[in-house]
Amino acid sequence: MTAVAENSTSAAETKAGEIPSFDVTLRIRRLDPDRSDEPFWEEFTVTAHATDRVLDAMHKVKWEVDGSLTFRRSCAHGICGSDAMRINGRNRLACKTLLKDLDPSKPIVIEPIKGLPVLKDLVVDMEPFFASYREVMPFLITGGNAPTAERRQSPEERARYDDTTKCILCAACTSSCPVFWTDGQYFGPAAIVNAHRFIFDSRDEGAAQRLEILNDKEGVWRCRTTFNCSEACPRGIEVTKAIQEVKRAMITRAF
Amino acid sequence: MQTHQYDVVIVGAGGAGMRAALESSSRARTAVISKLYPTRSHTGAAQGGMCAALANVEEDNWEWHTFDTVKGGDYLVDQDAAEVMAKEAIDAVLDLEKMGLPFNRTPEGKIDQRRFGGHTRDHGKAPVRRSCYAADRTGHMILQTLYQQCVKQDVEFFNEFYVLDVVLTHDLTRGPVPADEQVAVSGVVAYELATGEIHVFRAKAVVFATGGAGKIYKTTSNAHTLTGDGMAVALRRGIPLEDMEFFQFHPTGLAGLGILLSEAARGEGGILRNSEGERFMERYAPTIKDLAPRDMVARAMANEVREGRGCGPNKDYVLLDLTHLEPAHIDAKLPDITEFARTYLGVEPYTEPVPVYPTAHYAMGGIPTTIDGEVLRTNTDVVAGLYAAGEVACVSVHGSNRLGTNSLLDINVFGKRAGIAAAAYATTAPLHEMPEDASAPIVGYIERLRDHAAGERIADIRRDLQETMDRNAQVFRTAASLEAARDDIVELKKRYRSASVQDKGRRYNTDLMEGIELGFLLDLAEIVVAGALAREESRGGHFREDFPTRDDERFMLHTMAYLRPDDSPGGSRVDLDYKPVTVTRYQPMERKY
Repeated sequence: MTAVAENSTSAAETKAGEIPSFDVTLRIRRLDPDRSDEPFWEEFTVTAHATDRVLDAMHKVKWEVDGSLTFRRSCAHGICGSDAMRINGRNRLACKTLLKDLDPSKPIVIEPIKGLPVLKDLVVDMEPFFASYREVMPFLITGGNAPTAERRQSPEERARYDDTTKCILCAACTSSCPVFWTDGQYFGPAAIVNAHRFIFDSRDEGAAQRLEILNDKEGVWRCRTTFNCSEACPRGIEVTKAIQEVKRAMITRAF
Repeated sequence: MQTHQYDVVIVGAGGAGMRAALESSSRARTAVISKLYPTRSHTGAAQGGMCAALANVEEDNWEWHTFDTVKGGDYLVDQDAAEVMAKEAIDAVLDLEKMGLPFNRTPEGKIDQRRFGGHTRDHGKAPVRRSCYAADRTGHMILQTLYQQCVKQDVEFFNEFYVLDVVLTHDLTRGPVPADEQVAVSGVVAYELATGEIHVFRAKAVVFATGGAGKIYKTTSNAHTLTGDGMAVALRRGIPLEDMEFFQFHPTGLAGLGILLSEAARGEGGILRNSEGERFMERYAPTIKDLAPRDMVARAMANEVREGRGCGPNKDYVLLDLTHLEPAHIDAKLPDITEFARTYLGVEPYTEPVPVYPTAHYAMGGIPTTIDGEVLRTNTDVVAGLYAAGEVACVSVHGSNRLGTNSLLDINVFGKRAGIAAAAYATTAPLHEMPEDASAPIVGYIERLRDHAAGERIADIRRDLQETMDRNAQVFRTAASLEAARDDIVELKKRYRSASVQDKGRRYNTDLMEGIELGFLLDLAEIVVAGALAREESRGGHFREDFPTRDDERFMLHTMAYLRPDDSPGGSRVDLDYKPVTVTRYQPMERKY
């Protein structure tokens, strides 16, 4: 077996069963802090296949053209959350965006996610993002003695918070939020999603504390329901809905 | 350069590292150093589950689990270790539940369990429901839950710090030191990716939990970052690696891509079919069919393709058929993997079978340890204060073929044990002296690689390595194929010595990082091939077409491979030794399913 992503076959050589290749241009916003504080745009044209991921095309640039192109990546199939970036103006994971789903006849515009300090090329400082996450007490809080065996939870209770357990902390949602862009103090959607995951977990007893934290002036009330976060989430989490549920819980104290 | 001092330093922040940190940080001053942000670790990509004989849905017990593990590993498993793992599995699952892990539930609200390859009732009579799971995101949930607990406990992390060397009190590279001398660890040397700065961490105890090395192969389920760093760092310091020739090829990688589709797909009823539509596993494993252990299924698939019954225009894959399952059932139990098929192959698993082919998945071998995670520097002697757990280690609970779900179990059971042991050791042990120039070898290595004016590209050498490994050291092996791989690796190592990176900068130099990673991959590939060439038998994940049967007379032994410098400039050789397998209750039998 060959990994198609790493092969370049010109159209003329295409054999039966092989996927035709074409040239694609990546227009990438870069920053080299060792040289200058000024970001700049650079275009690279590489040969790719329609089934290639944007990440594959970026690897071709890094491995065949310019080794200094810098981005984070690890699992390459949408699970680790390393490679959130702004692709043609939308936050996505580079490893989950296929070239065939973009228009490869035009340059593909790739920028770092917004609202977090850019450190080099597509690498941003994730610390402010994780700091907000840590503030919402993202862990199970229970009182009393733990049972010998497992805590019981019905399938219905388990389903109540299923959607928000899918979060991979990639920051695609938070860095797509216009409120977060203008006010870096706002907790942001990802932190609220992770609070939701525990607030609606029947085993958890920390909901009141978390709601208190999120009732802050930088908390859920800053959300303007623009739905950017739900559109950006590569895991398909209904982020805006989760935020609404947290708002409602704050008013009704029902969770 | 900065110097830090801790009681315990844990290298790696996946499941094993964070499970160790939860134990260690409550007992001793602990730092966790990780090449990645913890939540990026590849534990998060594990899907199907974690086995434990909870007997929540049907009769089960840990002794059956022990037997399955031993038999699944084709009797190369150390049986005392497998017994520890199967026994402690139950608490390991309950620990995670109490930490908040959102397991799927039975109607009564207990943790639900499902079938998985090689896990059976009463010593092979029928498949058993033993795997505790959270949809097909069990690894993701484990990684998130452990990180949540680390946040709760305020565990100290050094994220995006790359550990490149371990410092010992003795030089082990030239051969063993006298038995009466205690060899101990004194710390590690790390490279900070953000700045390019070198950090020396002095520590009483060090736990390696850096994961696997799948990137020695081209077609792999492993992350780009799984480059065997911890294994190679230990190896270069004269510590042996155990059973590295045993590499698991997971049967169901997405064809052409290698992305993992969980065995849970077959646990939930999925069926493998060849180009004739035949359920071919009925021929290879009549009793448990598609739920045979991974080595057998992977070989059966490769054999079907080889004999012309592959599918697709190039007849180079088989099909995983889920079309007889209810879409609602698929959505509830296998949501992620069906999305992978849609996203990456454009296949709708409700109505179309999914093209699959084996993908390099898991290193059964690794740094040899005791059941408390202590690292062995010979067949019997340990390095005081040095521990390893998870895929980087070889306890050995997986023998020559790991059963599905036993890796998530391994990281929890042995991560916990290593964390406890490291902290206990650190509370009584001294901090060993570290030479002033402890970081000099690594600084020199980095500068050579970065400052070398012009040389061959790292990516070209890596591609050639991965291609020769896929071609010559995959599911089927022969002396000729392995010799070809060995010779290729010798040449690739020469090319590597004159390679250079293009990025000459200090900050976030991932070009340099990939250069360092390639050096590790080359050393590990050399060890895999040397062990495979010497093992003239077929056992578990290692299949020699020229020696197609298991040979207990000659090879019921663990391989212990040492990398030694030789006389050629920058050259090395592999010395192989062997270690007996611990057998407690199960004598080797022929492996049939």
